[in-house]
Amino acid sequence: MSNLLDLLVAGLATGAIYALVAVGFTLLWQTSQTINFAQGEFVMLPAFLMLAVMHAGAPFWLAVILGILLSLLLLGLGFKLLLVDPMLRHGVLPLAIATMALAIGMKEAVKQFFSAEASPFPSIVPAGDVSILGRVVSLQSLGVLALAIAVVIGLTLLLNRTSIGHQMQATAQNPTVARIIGVPVERMILLTFLINAFLVALASLLITPIYLAKFSSGEVLGQAAFIAAIVGGFNQVRGAIAGGLLIGVVDNLAAAYVSTQYRAAVPLALLIIIILFRPQGLLGRPEERTV
Amino acid sequence: MSATAKYWRIALGVAVIAALIIAPMNFNRYGLYILSQWAVMTIAAMGLNLTLGYAGQVSLAQGAFVGIGAYAAAIMTTQGMPLIAALGVAVVMCFAIGWILGYPALRVQHHYLAFVTLAFSTLAFLVFRNEDWLTKGIYGISNIPRPNVLGFATNRPLPFYYFCLGSLGIVSLAMWWLIRSPWGRAFVALRENPVRALSLGIDTRRYTLMAFAIGSALGGVAGTLYAPLTQYIDPVPFNLSLSLDLLMMVIVGGSGFFFGPFLGAMIAVLLPEWLRFTEGYYLMLYAVAVMLLLIYSPTGILGILDRYLSERRTKAASALRAVAKSRLETAP
Repeated sequence: MSNLLDLLVAGLATGAIYALVAVGFTLLWQTSQTINFAQGEFVMLPAFLMLAVMHAGAPFWLAVILGILLSLLLLGLGFKLLLVDPMLRHGVLPLAIATMALAIGMKEAVKQFFSAEASPFPSIVPAGDVSILGRVVSLQSLGVLALAIAVVIGLTLLLNRTSIGHQMQATAQNPTVARIIGVPVERMILLTFLINAFLVALASLLITPIYLAKFSSGEVLGQAAFIAAIVGGFNQVRGAIAGGLLIGVVDNLAAAYVSTQYRAAVPLALLIIIILFRPQGLLGRPEERTV
Repeated sequence: MSATAKYWRIALGVAVIAALIIAPMNFNRYGLYILSQWAVMTIAAMGLNLTLGYAGQVSLAQGAFVGIGAYAAAIMTTQGMPLIAALGVAVVMCFAIGWILGYPALRVQHHYLAFVTLAFSTLAFLVFRNEDWLTKGIYGISNIPRPNVLGFATNRPLPFYYFCLGSLGIVSLAMWWLIRSPWGRAFVALRENPVRALSLGIDTRRYTLMAFAIGSALGGVAGTLYAPLTQYIDPVPFNLSLSLDLLMMVIVGGSGFFFGPFLGAMIAVLLPEWLRFTEGYYLMLYAVAVMLLLIYSPTGILGILDRYLSERRTKAASALRAVAKSRLETAP
């Protein structure tokens, strides 16, 4: 029983990171029909940007700030202007394929210009354990969980309580009508790309100390985020959050109770079941079929 | 198409086939290996082109079907069974699995199907890696024999290349026939407008599953050639990135064009070899080239050609019209 509690906390911590990545993924899909197959690599890159700044001699806090700014510039603005904008009018598929190529390019670039080996990455949460109700819990798990939850709450408040958030939702639901009632649709779409860039940079900051910085680390993470987004609901931010937490917990429980060899299969089986029986996701609303 | 254009096309086709037969005769072992690999990947990409380009279903599992075919060939031929038996098993298995995997396609939109197939691809990889008793796990299966075809041994690289090329030829002819048959037209109708296809009396359910299953079976065919080509297989080549590579081949060549997979596989297999002088940068350059191509022409390389040809045709037609018009005006 006590073991189960540890697993749950660790699962929620990784799940919260998955949720951050999955939320960005669904935001891009909602506002600009972009299926970003490079989302995992988007999480991998900011850690290397921060490491590069640190190698230049900057302290960690400055590297984090510069890393996030660079991510906003490259993964937000650059991604939208250079790849998404020219391709969007050609439909979903060519853009999805282009993001696959982007993923390969990013992995290879990091491998070539940085290192093929895994590099350690400093944690923003101090190492150590605390005891809560007589249980020893790692400070890192708690810190990750707290930060991720804070960001998710902040994002939900932004989307539901502010004028900008309402304009973004209007853009996502019906860009044409949104434009008619005076929503600056283009600016809102750009904003979602920037939010996505911020979320992946943050996820990178939280997850890299746990799994080390490696050029290929985006593959697993990207897949987890896809699964989280679909399980929760492709078209709902809260769906992506729920999906992320669920996948994190399921993943950790599977590691403990299913054979380590088939641990990775459990979330996939969950994905297939959800798609077959509730394709809109646990919290999603059905999308009309486009004919 | 005018008669001369038709002759030109036939002449070009004959020249290419002749070049594929004659040119490799004095290639070295590695060159033949690469060309054989091109033929094998083209077969797999053709299957995906049927699923994606003609029937409009996105599959991220073609690499897994190549894997199933390769393992069927490796396990059966190392036990002394002939390759043709393995081919039969691979085709039936891939067809059946593809059929079952196609069911979600009936229920959900295309990007969901992409994720179902992505999940299947990863599951297949886990089975290849973990089921040691069957696949020998990460150690892989070595000493896979090459077959005797019509009494000829194909142990040496050149005969084996001809075997691959011949298989590609047979598959191409079958595919050529298929997409011109009523089935092929039904597949296209399905891609262009599923609701209209349904209202015209096409059983869209059956044809969606059929396109998926046939495409997957061709992945299996490619796999049964892949195993004797490399003579050693382990799970690594059949992970998700093979599926992604195959998808990129189809899109880069031009999905929905008959010759798209030939061109796409050529670029994916040969371009890295040509870019070898750039050392570690070649995959990066390949990725950038794919992105630039897709930005310029989302319908791939054959899309550019198609656009150019149809522009020329329009120009020729309007020139004819102008001549006809001026004749009409000068006529009394």
